[in-house]
Amino acid sequence: MLDAVWLIPALPLAGFLILLFAGRRLGEPTAGWLATIMCAGSFVASVVVFAGLLGEDEEGRQFTQTLFEWVPAGGLQIDIGFLADPLSITMALFVTGVSTLIHLYAIGYMHGDGDFPKFFVYMNLFVFSMLALVLGSNLLVTFLGWEGVGACSYWLISFWFTSDANAAAGKKAFITNRIGDWGFMLAMFLAFATVGTLNYEGLFVEVGTLAPVTATAIGLLLFLGAVGKSAQIPLYIWLPDAMAGPTPVSALIHAATMVTAGVFLMTRVNPILGAGYDWVPDVIAWIGVITAFVAATIAVAQNDIKKVLAYSTVSQLGYMFLAVGVGAYVAAIFHMIAHAFFKALLFLGAGSVIHGMNDEQDMRRMGGLRKFMPLTAATFMVGWLAIAGVPPFAGFWSKDDILLFAWGSGGADAKVLWAIGLVTALLTGYYMSRQVFMVFFGKPRWEGDRPEPVPASVGAAANEQGEAAESDHREHTQPHEPSWLMTAPLVVLAVLAIAGGVLNLPFNEDVHFLEHFLEPVLGANEAEIAVSTGAKVALAAIAVGAGVVGLAAAAVVYLRRRVRAVEPEVLAHAWYYDEAVTAFVGGPGRTSFEAIAWFDAHVVDGAVNGVAAVVRGLGGRLRSVQSGFVRAYALGVTIGVVVVLGYFLTRVSF
Amino acid sequence: MIELVVFAVAGAACLAGAVGVVASSNPVHAALSLVGTLFGIAVLFVAQDANFLAAVQVIVYAGAIVVLFLFVIMLLGVDRVDNLRVEPLGGGQRVTAAVVALGVLGLVLATLASTGWEATGAVGEVDEAVPDINQLGEALFTRYVYAFEITSLLLVIAVVGAVLLARRVRREEEIVDPGQAERQAEVTERIARAEARAGGDGAGNGEQPASVDTTSFGASDDFVTAQRGLGSAEGAEGLPEAEGERS
Amino acid sequence: MIGAIEVTPAWYLVLGAALFSIGTFGLLIRRNPLVMFMCIELMLNAVTLTFVTFSRMVRDTGGQSIVVFVLVVAAAEVVVGLAIIVALLRKRPGATADDVAILEG
Repeated sequence: MLDAVWLIPALPLAGFLILLFAGRRLGEPTAGWLATIMCAGSFVASVVVFAGLLGEDEEGRQFTQTLFEWVPAGGLQIDIGFLADPLSITMALFVTGVSTLIHLYAIGYMHGDGDFPKFFVYMNLFVFSMLALVLGSNLLVTFLGWEGVGACSYWLISFWFTSDANAAAGKKAFITNRIGDWGFMLAMFLAFATVGTLNYEGLFVEVGTLAPVTATAIGLLLFLGAVGKSAQIPLYIWLPDAMAGPTPVSALIHAATMVTAGVFLMTRVNPILGAGYDWVPDVIAWIGVITAFVAATIAVAQNDIKKVLAYSTVSQLGYMFLAVGVGAYVAAIFHMIAHAFFKALLFLGAGSVIHGMNDEQDMRRMGGLRKFMPLTAATFMVGWLAIAGVPPFAGFWSKDDILLFAWGSGGADAKVLWAIGLVTALLTGYYMSRQVFMVFFGKPRWEGDRPEPVPASVGAAANEQGEAAESDHREHTQPHEPSWLMTAPLVVLAVLAIAGGVLNLPFNEDVHFLEHFLEPVLGANEAEIAVSTGAKVALAAIAVGAGVVGLAAAAVVYLRRRVRAVEPEVLAHAWYYDEAVTAFVGGPGRTSFEAIAWFDAHVVDGAVNGVAAVVRGLGGRLRSVQSGFVRAYALGVTIGVVVVLGYFLTRVSF
Repeated sequence: MIELVVFAVAGAACLAGAVGVVASSNPVHAALSLVGTLFGIAVLFVAQDANFLAAVQVIVYAGAIVVLFLFVIMLLGVDRVDNLRVEPLGGGQRVTAAVVALGVLGLVLATLASTGWEATGAVGEVDEAVPDINQLGEALFTRYVYAFEITSLLLVIAVVGAVLLARRVRREEEIVDPGQAERQAEVTERIARAEARAGGDGAGNGEQPASVDTTSFGASDDFVTAQRGLGSAEGAEGLPEAEGERS
Repeated sequence: MIGAIEVTPAWYLVLGAALFSIGTFGLLIRRNPLVMFMCIELMLNAVTLTFVTFSRMVRDTGGQSIVVFVLVVAAAEVVVGLAIIVALLRKRPGATADDVAILEG
């Protein structure tokens, strides 16, 4: 059963290839169904491999399948291989599962778009890349997937590239990611130079021989890659702009899967992080928690429904890195899975709202939608409660785990980390509630040129219209529920968001399913905390309380309208960070780039051209020896004769 | 004492002749200087008991070879005077040539000095009483007879070759070398520039003795203007080597 | 006094060397092909003188035999060389050694 590992990435790859060549002929909706079925097949294969792994005992839960030798270059031997161990199968399961649901949703969402097949080409390629990333048995296959998801992200963000803003957003994402990729590459070079292999198995066996400096360098460089991919400070600027892509893209790539690749990478190389200096995890934790806090503050003042969710993603990713930094890898993975469920749910719900509101994305023009889109509203609110950390939804268990480990991690700044995390939880509750209240409650605020709104029972039965952004053709002018293609995934995800906490409930050692499952991978690097049960309960209560306080505050401001909303300009402009980056790159950045370009053109090229010029000059001089005058040649011959004779005569006779 | 005087006189004659060959602008004078050198050499041969060789030297060298030279000089009218003041290859040629010649001289002298001015090879047995011509004949016809016969063959070949080369052929077509005019102009210009550097005292005009055979070449007899004139009058002619090969 | 100076064979060698070097110099300096030829003859004569001297010093007839051969070969060479010069100068009167440069291209 474990041999089926190769099927997991192979099916989406097959889907990609088929759609690449025959997609246009298959057309809508067959192309979409093919893509979805491929993802579903991949999910089935993941379940099969998972069952196979469960069949092994704990020590043997590691299976490497090598397909073929990819780079046989002397000392560097890289195979295309897949490593099926608890961590990678966990990732594969939820990646394929959520992908299937989102593909299904996208069939409905992208209906009527002229490039329908192309969308699914990219989506399947993305799923393949993501699976290569998580299943890779060495750093290079992981990097292959890493780059692949980056490329697909670029293509999908700028899917409607006829608009300059969309194209620019795609470019921004790719370029920012590239900075992280550079760190990843340097880490690979360093690993190969010191250890001699890029295989995870080989690396982790040799990790004890690494000098702390080297392990730190590799770890920090990989973290740089993670910062780029998972949108942490200072490389998060691409994620809000990435909302220019279609909503299924935002849900899949920028909520559930690609952005979690950084966290996955950190978890995967936890031995290396453990072998470095002690301050390395601190750096990770601090960057994570600062990002979480800053992003939450920005989300408070955003008016685009998707931008709120984007900053929320950045914030939740910050939580995951906080967990990694304090050694709570299980909590990080747990939160990743829960976040995948509820964030995908929230994004798909937002997509449903946008679709139902005829491409309106500004929350100030929505309101009272729960009457018109009850299913969407219900599922959205499930996701809302999950992210706010309200028990018994999934988000509560995972976020609580993180805060618990932060408190108990034993560093000097443990409590500070915990406190910032707590404030962020409060803000999370606040801005998510704000979003829910603005969109689904209150009086309808959309434009008055619509006819009298019709209750949902009529609207849901109607056919939904196409989503193409360029079309201004409106068949229906009132908000309505989308078709079953889009609502079914919402329901499934809502169920998962409710029940997902079951993975790692904290009550009893026995129900720590996730922790036990991941133990072979994490081993000794998982932190142990000594916190009494009473303290745990108290901390949990405080965390819930923070969420509820935020919720209540938002209700007061946005629902009851007792207090005027506080949405400062600086937050709406995201602390002017984008402007600062632009100014830097345009100003000092540009100057340094131009200096380097000048250096390259004049010094480097100058040296090369200089060599050519010298040779040319020398040649010109030497050419004059060939004058064609035989007497000069005769003179040369005679000189040679004298020299040779002189040499021999003086050498021999004296 | 006698030997000393003989050596001095003959040596002086040799050297004077040599200098004359090198320094005469008129080829006829050079040939005559060569004769002087040859006579001096012959005398020196006699002084060293190589009487036969002295005679042969005079008869063959001075009597035949130099006469041959003079024949050619007169035949071609190459008796116009060279302009020795000009050196188209620049002054470096002369200086370096002098240095090289002195170098050769120095080398030989140094080698001689190193051996103490004595011959260091194995000394052969030669009966001093036998006249040199007997010894020479014996050597030539016993030990060196093979080389002797081959040299006779060589002479035959040389004669055949000479007859072939010096034939005059009437030819109809002419080979045109496209770039020849420019190259000719370039060489002419070079010579003109060198002459200008040397003061431009005229294109080396000397007396122009009447030449014997003037049929196949046209224009003026002047050395340099003949150069220049070549380009215009006979510019489209093929190269002499080609002619020589075809004839 | 003067009579006491003995003419050793070495003097002849020195004279031969001097003639040879003068001949080399002339070969490199003169442009007229005939005069260049004469310089070559000069060099050959120097060599024959040297050979004869050595023949006497080493008391071997081989030196004189070689001189005979040198003479024969010189004669043959002069014949052929002058024939070439005739052919050359007939075509192009006033040509010198420098005109070989016209052959470039």
